Amino acid sequence: MSDQRGMVQRRGLGHWFTHLGLIIGVLFIFFPIWLAFVASTVTQPEIVRPPMPLLPGGHFIENYSKALFAGVNAPVATMMLNSLIMALGITIGKIVISLTSAFAIVYFRFPGRTVFFWLIFLTLMLPVEVRIVPTYEVIANFGMLNSYSGLIFPLIASATATFLFRQFFLTVPDELTEAARVDGASPMQFFFHILLPMSRTNIAALFVILFIYGWNQYLWPLLITTDPSMNTIVMGIKQMFPSGDDLADWPVIMATSILAMVPPVIVVISMQKLFIRGLVDSEK
Amino acid sequence: MFVPDPFGLKTQFVGLGNFEYLLGDPYYRASFVTTAIFSSLVTVVSMGVALYLAILADRLIKGSGTYRTLLIWPYAVAPAVAGVLWMFMFNTRVGVVAWYLGLLGYDWNHVLDEAEAMGLVVVASSWGRISYNFLFFLAGLQAIPRSVIEAAAIDGAKFWTRFRTIVWPLLSPTTFFLLVVNVVYAFFETFGVIHTITAGGPQQATTILVYKVYSDGFVGQDLGSSAAQSVILLVLVGILTVIQFKFIERRVHY
Repeated sequence: MSDQRGMVQRRGLGHWFTHLGLIIGVLFIFFPIWLAFVASTVTQPEIVRPPMPLLPGGHFIENYSKALFAGVNAPVATMMLNSLIMALGITIGKIVISLTSAFAIVYFRFPGRTVFFWLIFLTLMLPVEVRIVPTYEVIANFGMLNSYSGLIFPLIASATATFLFRQFFLTVPDELTEAARVDGASPMQFFFHILLPMSRTNIAALFVILFIYGWNQYLWPLLITTDPSMNTIVMGIKQMFPSGDDLADWPVIMATSILAMVPPVIVVISMQKLFIRGLVDSEK
Repeated sequence: MFVPDPFGLKTQFVGLGNFEYLLGDPYYRASFVTTAIFSSLVTVVSMGVALYLAILADRLIKGSGTYRTLLIWPYAVAPAVAGVLWMFMFNTRVGVVAWYLGLLGYDWNHVLDEAEAMGLVVVASSWGRISYNFLFFLAGLQAIPRSVIEAAAIDGAKFWTRFRTIVWPLLSPTTFFLLVVNVVYAFFETFGVIHTITAGGPQQATTILVYKVYSDGFVGQDLGSSAAQSVILLVLVGILTVIQFKFIERRVHY
């Protein structure tokens, strides 16, 4: 009982039940992924004749290279590149726009400031899912279907990020602003040399969250990329299923599913601290 | 507020006609009910499992960090990918789980059975959401001062009594916050799950509102109705956002 929390902690049997419960939870979380991984390493006949094996087979390289370089409609490597460009575009765009707009709202008094604030606030209520029809019309009229700009721009406005930076800027002491002004710094110098370095951790935390958000977009790419070579990987998986009664190429589809989750999972695990921080910050 | 003619050559102004038509449409009203059932189930399942795991992890002295790492990463898996994974497990032809259920004498077929389709969609949507709820519950639990709980333990309160009278009330801000966030999630972000697993079927049993906006507008090409549905959704999001902000303001005074 050396630990300060030891008092209400059950020892012995109860302790092991706690672990057991957690391990069951972890297994439940892992099972679908494990199955997908196994399916991506065996051959089609092994899957089609149920039950499929529960241990990985020896066709890992074969299936993954087939998925990456041939795919079903388009090579998965292309789709991954599309996803990467879209995710980075959305992330960087959102961060840049929200940084500058928060800067404007916090540090400048200009006519229409409140109006702009409420306009930004309003976009909180407009997830893409709600405005698909009008957004689609606009993008189609601009001729941006099947293009990176069409994928990125409609998703770039972010009230959450703007509010996050606004909250943060409000905590920056006024003395700093005054000191900068006394030293003769222009507003933009203040922004680049003082505010930006101070927001570094916030930016990084937000980056993790937004990257996952961008990578995992489904509905929007589904609508505007009709050309398989512009598909993103997350939406491309569904397109790999044949229509009608044909048999799906399960090993390749499952290999693609695994490939689709690897980049965001790596980001989450490797930047766990920042991720949790970003999650908690951006929701408050 | 416009209706295109059958050839899509011109549109006609119909005022509130699309709304009138929608509210009289039994399919649309059914979709409301479906959405309500679906989002309450997703919220309850994902929050229930997450709370259970968080309580267990909170009881540990060592190792709760390890479990956290093991449990959080499904957050990164896209809903659409989660949908594909679960569809694979329960696929009527090749699914392992469906096959074992068949061995037990249960004939699983979510392509035909409405309740099974709903169940599968709910589990698949909740699955990725558990990690998110787990993180917030664990943070909430660890923020509760140990001394309060220990005092109750000295007074002889058993685990359940402690949970009911101390932990649960102190956790309620977290719970309420998660409630709103999860409902929003179930409303909008589960599109990927539904599109990959059931595509709204069988007999529209899993057509939630967002899915209907998509299927009427982009599959059925009835843009007027779809836009009217968007407006109704917009009002719903507005209400949810207001609830969320009211709550955040209240929490500031804690």
